[in-house]
Amino acid sequence: MSSLGLALLNSLDIGLLLFIIAVGLNIVFGVLNVINFAHGALYMLGAYLAFSCINVLGMPFWLTLLVAPLGVALLAVLIDRFMLRFVYQREVTDSLLLTFALLLILNESVRMIWGTGIHVVEPPALLQGTVMLPGGVRYPLYSLFVILAGGLVLFGLWFLFNKTRAGKIMRAAALDRDMAQVLCINTRLVITGVFAFGAWLAAVGGVVAAPMRAIDPGMGDKIIIESFIVVVIGGLGSFPGALLGAIVLGLIHGLGGRFLPEVNLMLPFVGMAIVLLLKPHGLLGRRAST
Amino acid sequence: MMAGTETDIILQAKNVGKRFGGVAAVADVDLDVYRHETLAIIGPNGAGKTTFYNLLSGRMQPTSGTILFEGQDITGMPPHRISRLGISRSFQINNIFEEMTVRENVEVAVTALRGDGRRWANLASRNVAVQDEADELLSRLSLSALSDQRAGVISYGDKRLVEIAVVLATRPRLVLLDEPTAGMTPDETQRVVQLIKSLGNSGDYTFVITEHDMNVVFGLADRILVMHRGQRLVLGTPEEVRAHPEVRRAYLGTADEEMAP
Amino acid sequence: MHIQDKTLTPPNVDTESVNGRSDQRAVQGGWLKQGVWAIAAVTMVLLVALPWIAPYFYIFIATEVLILGLLAASFNLVFGYTGMLSFGHAAFYGIGSYAVAMLLQSFQWPLLACLLVAVVVATILALIIGFFCVRLNEVYFAMLTLAFGMMVFSIAHQWRSVTNGSDGIAGFTVGSFGLGINLQLGNPSVYYHVVLVIVVAASALLYLICRSSFGLILRAIRQNPERVAFCGINVRAYRLAAFTVAGAFAGLAGGLMAPFLRIASPELLHWSMSAEPVLMTILGGSGYFLGPFVGAGMFVLLETWITSMTQAWMLVLGIILAFMVMFFRRGLLGTILDWILERK
Repeated sequence: MSSLGLALLNSLDIGLLLFIIAVGLNIVFGVLNVINFAHGALYMLGAYLAFSCINVLGMPFWLTLLVAPLGVALLAVLIDRFMLRFVYQREVTDSLLLTFALLLILNESVRMIWGTGIHVVEPPALLQGTVMLPGGVRYPLYSLFVILAGGLVLFGLWFLFNKTRAGKIMRAAALDRDMAQVLCINTRLVITGVFAFGAWLAAVGGVVAAPMRAIDPGMGDKIIIESFIVVVIGGLGSFPGALLGAIVLGLIHGLGGRFLPEVNLMLPFVGMAIVLLLKPHGLLGRRAST
Repeated sequence: MMAGTETDIILQAKNVGKRFGGVAAVADVDLDVYRHETLAIIGPNGAGKTTFYNLLSGRMQPTSGTILFEGQDITGMPPHRISRLGISRSFQINNIFEEMTVRENVEVAVTALRGDGRRWANLASRNVAVQDEADELLSRLSLSALSDQRAGVISYGDKRLVEIAVVLATRPRLVLLDEPTAGMTPDETQRVVQLIKSLGNSGDYTFVITEHDMNVVFGLADRILVMHRGQRLVLGTPEEVRAHPEVRRAYLGTADEEMAP
Repeated sequence: MHIQDKTLTPPNVDTESVNGRSDQRAVQGGWLKQGVWAIAAVTMVLLVALPWIAPYFYIFIATEVLILGLLAASFNLVFGYTGMLSFGHAAFYGIGSYAVAMLLQSFQWPLLACLLVAVVVATILALIIGFFCVRLNEVYFAMLTLAFGMMVFSIAHQWRSVTNGSDGIAGFTVGSFGLGINLQLGNPSVYYHVVLVIVVAASALLYLICRSSFGLILRAIRQNPERVAFCGINVRAYRLAAFTVAGAFAGLAGGLMAPFLRIASPELLHWSMSAEPVLMTILGGSGYFLGPFVGAGMFVLLETWITSMTQAWMLVLGIILAFMVMFFRRGLLGTILDWILERK
């Protein structure tokens, strides 16, 4: 397998993980019309909870993958019930301010609870080590798992939105909240549910990312910027847009990291700027201009 | 209520259409609006008249066709450029600056007209030229008493009148009014009708109105465009429209008095 | 006493006030206006006399409050007046700081010249970033300003050869003031007075801009951008103008801060720094021009008090911001002035 092939595989790996996280952001926006600035912090919380579950409580990885995101989702329900409900009826900047405040709170809370050092989580025994790919290159088994996980989430979401009643309700609420209310859909429940679902997705991303990345208090900031770039490139509110944006960003990281390491940091921003110039609504987005 | 000569066409819509995905909200509508006339667009709900109105005023871009204002192609032009050419429109909801005073509302429009928005080192509260013009317009519409009231707290009918003041403040030649009497009491409705009539007689205005209230329509309009299912059904004088069999059919199911004079 | 009852509005059930949606109010008319001027005059006297009437420590507090107040007021031009929530305002503040720090370190230019460069550089950056950000709605705008702000942070953090990376630029001293005026800028008391004069002058200019016809259009854009567009205004151009002007003033604030802190570091560009003018504005109130200044005072005092007790300052900051947004959206000054004006 060539250097290019390896870079592409890396891109898929990074991209699909990004997709899991960015799609949660998009879903919440689609229904609530709000960008959750704390979304990255929820991802980070998922990773830290994974650390505590695995290293401190000795839980197996698979159980953690079940439990930790649920914990974060529960927290999200509390946040919605006790904080966000005050600002939903107001102009959207108030919601933005509140999620931003949440970001500060969660970031610092993580620092206080787990300290500022780096934590490490080992992949589960089943997924450790490398595997031999065609072409004679070894690739981490866990990275392949990440690709699989991303694919599962993708398929699961597609199924949810297109084939289930819950998905249809979410899409209806996204299109017209007042109309959904008239149709006796309990929009309050939908709002809380969607917000929790978004948080759950972010935390799943965090747990999945934990064995792969260094768990440090800055990981939330990094991922939220990346999620923003994904969403801008793909288009806010667009599900296929989130996938496209994630793949594009994955490619930028994978190929850029391999072939243009000096400017690798700037490339995502440049990509975002280009998309903003040519297609401000994102490559697949709906109307967003003023 | 004077209709201009056949040749003085102020607004022309040619083959204008708007598709949303697979649905054509408006399809193939032709319309010539004569200078100084008052034209009403009516139609049952879902007829596409609001969409067509939005296309004329530049709030939406047509997916097909062209729109010409005084001979100039304005299709796809952004709203602020259309406004500068001499078209002004009202909205049905969320139409004024609720947190400013009534006078300030009109001042915004006058400031825009005069290009004073570029002045960053004056005091807007001392901009006498703008204030005087605003006051003059407000008194013409009998709104002077409300000048210092916050626009958000006045009555609905007064709000719509303030909006008309804002619309007129940019000195348009073509005025588009979206359901100007919707939600108004009979008194308020009369006030607006009289206002439009007197403006139509005295000033250099052409009016295009969408309306549901047939009394208003038949009292004001020189010509009426009836829309149905996104298409132009009939365009003619009130008498022609009233007598037209297709129009009756389109309105079947609505109360009889809606069609009464 | 001559009571001119010009624009005071009658009391009303003001759900918009409660929710925080209330237009910028100029405190006009009658005894209230005279009262405000009186308070302002007294405050000015106290500020000038500060080094002689208060403990030495307060000179530093006051300098910080003034500079951050200017920063917050510049933010509020974009937020409270024009209705755009920017989470990347620190980019212009930080670049102003870096400009002054670099010029002082390399060339020892007079302060005024350095500040001028800081303003120019910040203006250019604001023009560039603003160009990308103002084309889209408020949600995108908040997102993009954060992203671009962090981009500037990344550049400063990585570009060791120019910005010295995470160590920042230090080891410079302030030399002369400029214009032939001889001042001991190394003396905190003197520097404080210089900051006072510059901030008051800049704030007066900013206030003029806010109350001008341009400011009127901005306020209208905040309330109903579509209506403004249909009056013939190119809304995007006005938003960009507001954003750029705000960036210029932020750059001035940053430029004043560099000699005060004696260092320009990437932290000044981080989104956590962008959060500070946001919080200060919410604390004081986005609905009045002086709100951000009051908020800056509250912020610095809170910070001084809380950091003496705990490391978790950001946590407290977040909690306070959340609390204010949920329950006291109009801020301290805003709530007080609203209450007074409503009772008339």
